[in-house]
Amino acid sequence: MAVDHNAFITEETIEGDAEGGDADGPLAGTAVAVKDNISTEGIRTTCGSEMLADYVPPYSATVVDRLLDAGATIVGKTNMDEFGMGTTTETSAFGPTKNPVDPERVPGGSSGGSAAAVAAGEADVALGSDTGGSVRCPAAFCGVVGIKPTYGLVSRYGLIAYANSLEQIGPIAGTVEEAAAALDAIAGPDPRDGTTRDPSEVEGADPDASYAAAADGDVDGLTIGIPTELFEGADERVVETVEAAIADLEDQGAETAEISLPSVEHAVQAYYVIAMAEASSNLARFDGVRYGNRAESDGNWNESFAETREEGFGAEVKRRILLGTYALSAGYHDEYYEKAQDARAWVRRDFEEAFADVDVIASPTMPVLPFELGESLDDPLRMYLADANTTPANLANLPAISVPAGEADGLPVGLQLVGPKFDEETVIRAASAVEDAS
Amino acid sequence: MSDTSESTGDAGADEGGDADAPADSDAAAVDAEEVRHVADLARVRLADDEVETFAAQFGDILEYFEALDEVPETDREEELVNVMRPDEVEEGLSQEEALSNAEETEDGYFVGPKVS
Repeated sequence: MAVDHNAFITEETIEGDAEGGDADGPLAGTAVAVKDNISTEGIRTTCGSEMLADYVPPYSATVVDRLLDAGATIVGKTNMDEFGMGTTTETSAFGPTKNPVDPERVPGGSSGGSAAAVAAGEADVALGSDTGGSVRCPAAFCGVVGIKPTYGLVSRYGLIAYANSLEQIGPIAGTVEEAAAALDAIAGPDPRDGTTRDPSEVEGADPDASYAAAADGDVDGLTIGIPTELFEGADERVVETVEAAIADLEDQGAETAEISLPSVEHAVQAYYVIAMAEASSNLARFDGVRYGNRAESDGNWNESFAETREEGFGAEVKRRILLGTYALSAGYHDEYYEKAQDARAWVRRDFEEAFADVDVIASPTMPVLPFELGESLDDPLRMYLADANTTPANLANLPAISVPAGEADGLPVGLQLVGPKFDEETVIRAASAVEDAS
Repeated sequence: MSDTSESTGDAGADEGGDADAPADSDAAAVDAEEVRHVADLARVRLADDEVETFAAQFGDILEYFEALDEVPETDREEELVNVMRPDEVEEGLSQEEALSNAEETEDGYFVGPKVS
């Protein structure tokens, strides 16, 4: 490793076998990196925050147990935007991760360490978490594959919460098939997460789905929806690359249809209001009493909490807690939070209507090429706007994948495919055909 | 905030970059006092320079959020069901494990800061 990309916060190995795993399991011999907001028993789990710099979970997340049961070896905990709040991995208290494709640029975020570890060959597969694009964005920026599963497909037990109603854990890998195989290992209902669904009880879902087997590249007869709203305003170089990849799918027998999703113009606003509101509540637990660093304070209860949180949280986390508190406060709740919930329902309905006519919906994953390091740090709104194409899938609870579409100016461009609820197989199949063409 | 046309200068005058919020919308100005009030509610102490920076940034961000005004009221029909399980005693964390990350403990309890 000639360049240190700062992809890992903690490098430590957990052998699948040692935890009662299966040496012949489907992930035997697979090195998996795990985002540092996913709990690993006995190995510190920091969320990229000073607050949890010394936090050592007494239990593991369900996804970690499932990886080990499948025979995988965990190779470390990856760098991330603090508590998942960022699009560049620059808000980490442990320093930014560099993009292995171009170390002057960000790897995307918030699961930037996970994507960089895979892109640099430091792991075969990595787990990230995707609240508004945090798996797909870094996958796109680093030139690898990332899957955001349908809400409820993968257990969040042991994932340190940022915005529960939006987030899912998802795999990142060099190929669609490898990412799909990791999804096979981690998916499925968990009694410890009441929001997981049993596919056998979900209408239209395939309880015997094999995601890896779906990566067969067969798009003959598939109808791909092209939403104009997710191409307008994107960088021309990105649009050209994505359109060329879609043309390749047409050559393989897919059909395309222009569609309109007017609600997505409001997705970023709705996403940030809801995510910040949920964050302000979720992060209230960090008071320095049960876990986390505590400030030296002579003050009373409230003063001590406020000082602990001043020291423990970085600027972006404070910004989101404060804006979330504001959006939920008396007098502003109806104006921001209620309207955001209306927008969320509208986005969901738009996608439902679109899927009556098309099988998957394609767009650029990110409307921009990877930022240079430091470029967007002082302009939070500019960073938020980069999430325009990824947030709709979280608001609508839908499965989405980012697959490399090619390069523009030597930088990776990701193509995003969104599918109907619990139809991961179709997005995986379509994404594998994009790979075949490039 | 959209109903107040009161602007405190820097935050309100600073148009939100390429945000596509309507240019003629009422400025979502936030002053330092409001930032301090919200920070107090959220139990986050802020340095003075952080208050100034946040006031300007919140003005831009909230102005952008105001485009939510254009969202039509939408029926939120969701198939939500409660997920219940029998309330049975199960293995959980030991007291020692539960206390293992606390800064200060005493006789098996968490020790918090003084109340007043």
